[in-house]
Amino acid sequence: MLTLEWESEGLQTVGIVVIIFASLKLLHLLGLIDFSEDTVEDEMEMATVRHRPEALELLEAQSKFTKKELQILYRGFKNECPSGVVNEETFKEIYSQFFPQGDSTTYAHFLFNAFDTDHNGSVSFEDFVMGLSILLRGTVQEKLNWAFNLYDINKDGYITKEEMLDIMKAIYDMMGKCTYPVLKEDAPRQHVETFFQKMDKNKDGVVTIDEFIESCQKDENIMRSMQLFENVI
Amino acid sequence: MAAGVAAWLPFARAAAIGWMPVANCPMPLAPTEKNKRQDELIILNVSGRRFQTWRTTLERYPDTLLGSTEKEFFFNEDTKEYFFDRDPEVFRCILNFYRTGKLHYPRYECISAYDEELAFYGILPEIIGDCCYEEYKDRKRENAERLMDDNDSENNQEGSMPSLSFRQTMWRAFENPHTSTLALVFYYVTGFFIAVSVITNVVETVPCGTVPGNKELPCGERYAVAFFCLDTACVMIFTVEYLLRLFAAPSRYRFIRSVMSIIDVVAIMPYYIGLVMTNNEDVSGAFVTLRVFRVFRIFKFSRHSQGLRILGYTLKSCASELGFLLFSLTMAIIIFATVMFYAEKGSSASKFTSIPASFWYTIVTMTTLGYGDMVPKTIAGKIFGSICSLSGVLVIALPVPVIVSNFSRIYHQNQRADKRRAQKKARLARIRVAKTGSSNAYLHSKRNGLLNEALELTGSTEDEQHMAKGTSLIESQHHHLLHCLEKTTNHEFIDEQLFEQNCMESSMQNYPSSRSPSLSSHHGLTTSCCSRRNKKTTHLPNSSVPATRLRSMQELSTIHIQCSEQPSLTTSRSSLNMKSDDGLRPNCKTAQITTAIISIPTPPALTPEGENRPPPSSPGHSTNISTTTTSNIVKVSAL
Repeated sequence: MLTLEWESEGLQTVGIVVIIFASLKLLHLLGLIDFSEDTVEDEMEMATVRHRPEALELLEAQSKFTKKELQILYRGFKNECPSGVVNEETFKEIYSQFFPQGDSTTYAHFLFNAFDTDHNGSVSFEDFVMGLSILLRGTVQEKLNWAFNLYDINKDGYITKEEMLDIMKAIYDMMGKCTYPVLKEDAPRQHVETFFQKMDKNKDGVVTIDEFIESCQKDENIMRSMQLFENVI
Repeated sequence: MAAGVAAWLPFARAAAIGWMPVANCPMPLAPTEKNKRQDELIILNVSGRRFQTWRTTLERYPDTLLGSTEKEFFFNEDTKEYFFDRDPEVFRCILNFYRTGKLHYPRYECISAYDEELAFYGILPEIIGDCCYEEYKDRKRENAERLMDDNDSENNQEGSMPSLSFRQTMWRAFENPHTSTLALVFYYVTGFFIAVSVITNVVETVPCGTVPGNKELPCGERYAVAFFCLDTACVMIFTVEYLLRLFAAPSRYRFIRSVMSIIDVVAIMPYYIGLVMTNNEDVSGAFVTLRVFRVFRIFKFSRHSQGLRILGYTLKSCASELGFLLFSLTMAIIIFATVMFYAEKGSSASKFTSIPASFWYTIVTMTTLGYGDMVPKTIAGKIFGSICSLSGVLVIALPVPVIVSNFSRIYHQNQRADKRRAQKKARLARIRVAKTGSSNAYLHSKRNGLLNEALELTGSTEDEQHMAKGTSLIESQHHHLLHCLEKTTNHEFIDEQLFEQNCMESSMQNYPSSRSPSLSSHHGLTTSCCSRRNKKTTHLPNSSVPATRLRSMQELSTIHIQCSEQPSLTTSRSSLNMKSDDGLRPNCKTAQITTAIISIPTPPALTPEGENRPPPSSPGHSTNISTTTTSNIVKVSAL
């Protein structure tokens, strides 16, 4: 008699215990309960990168800037990025401050890739100086080379219409919405067509570096505008 | 534009070479640095402590004391340094503002001293960075409240009050009983009657005395008349009070909706309903229930007690926390009730007849009450019952202190969240203003810049100096950069309102086929609103004219510059007086460019005072001007 009762009760108890543990496990699975301790830090501290640039003399030899110019450049650079390198986010932020009306993130992305010559995701002061050295003190050939490199997104040596369209859209994005005359949807595309008509000599749908340099050298406006920023520093 | 970012401007300009091969039209000339001098260190001596910085660092903010020529007043010739007889501690923060572009507020500083220093150096407190802005605002508000309190107590002591209307005095008397003795009397009388009414309600139900027939009568039925009279008196007082408050309330609608007035109404309603209703058997049941609402009179005490009000408010603000506690308790109750039910199912004569019936056991056990009317009999039931009571202790005892501290934390947090939200709007507005400010600065100086070139052509020099006054080199370089972008894409920057008007106009209007008739017909409108700060739609017809040329995406080889009235850039108010035509025509050397943006809201830093003058109202002389202007169209080849 007693054993019968205990049996039924025992079974019931076991059943109930099983149900409880199962429900607890279910809650744990759902993430409502956490049994383990919080040992894993969710936020990995960003490894603060401290980058020290090469010596002043070395940079002076490599670039076409004087010591004083390099000093001024570095002071501005370090002021904005105390860690010594610029990552893409910071770059985009800085660049967007110059173009408040539009969205300059896409163009800043392309620009970042153009400056980040070793493609390590950050622009150090050396990259910065080398880029500026070409842009401000280089020969026209070098500048055009740099521009070609900017347009050639996948760096395969050819500018296709799609790449140019991306670049063009990025530039037009920087204008923003409130322009005069009103920006039409196909304005970038039309611009790309004009560009290709001018640059693509053999009409094969891509622009190579030679075609690019040749066409640019023929255009007076472009040649003149290349000299525009000589006295920036 | 932040100061630190100004250091990146050369980089952004160099990167603009990337636009050059793409552009179809020639780029504008770069601004030259007229007096490019070597950057020099300047020494700032603040009460003996010497700070040194580059001159260009200070020149980043030309509208402050240190950035402008105002600091020359403090130049000490003998020691060749700038001497300021001010606090050096605060100066540290101010100099850091020039260096980093962020103004910080040190917590140990007194708020009024800091404000004075900021005012001295010509820095607006709104520039304080987000990290310190909240603290600054808090301190400022505390200070303001303290000053206000001081002023109030002064006023009260003086006793001089402006004459208020009878209604306003009544409302003041109701809200602050301390203002006059009458108000105080009223306050105490109502308090007394509330107490009387509540006590009456309570005593009514006490059985007092027996009546032959072994029935204990409650006092309410024994002394029915007396209680009725008391009730009537109380209700009359409450009604009169409610009506008086309703009369005196500044906003009756809001008063009716307020909690206190609802309590008042609920408190006196049962009496009136009871008067109206007859002694019907069916209805009297409901009537009895209505009498329960008389207990709400006790809430009327909350007008008299500050503590009750605070408690009510904190409960309201902690509602979410309480709700969560309730939810977790409900979860636990349901779980344990289910467990207990199934555990006790086997035993005979078990009180746990259903799961809802087990709720009562669970609640009683978890709150450690333990009435004992329901007890488990099986082993499993007892095991789970003990688990239930143990967890009950935890579930209930733990959150209570947490809730108590949550009260204060959530209370403050709510206030801080509201503050932050309010500040967020202000912050976003500031950012927006800064953005529009910089783009407006560009639009404004673009006009100035083109004006400048036209002026150079026509040879008048006095306006040039006014133009050059406002823009620093960095600004002109930035504007040149934006100008290059415009040239690259063959589109121009305009401000939002013009853009919207353009959109509306273009949807309504067709482009005029011939240029000249539209020009002359719209000329009057343009010139009549010569103040380019007016964002009127009358500029639009004129702007649609060159639109036909621009929309063809040709190279801008020529820019038509038309003579019009004197632009309001000179500060002399006499020239702005539009009464005389004669005063205008000789001044018509300066140009207004039709292709450029015509009306721009001016940024505050750059505008001289006499900007927003009313447009000349008479159309008469505008036609005169139009006749002269059509003959003065100057074609300028693109730069």
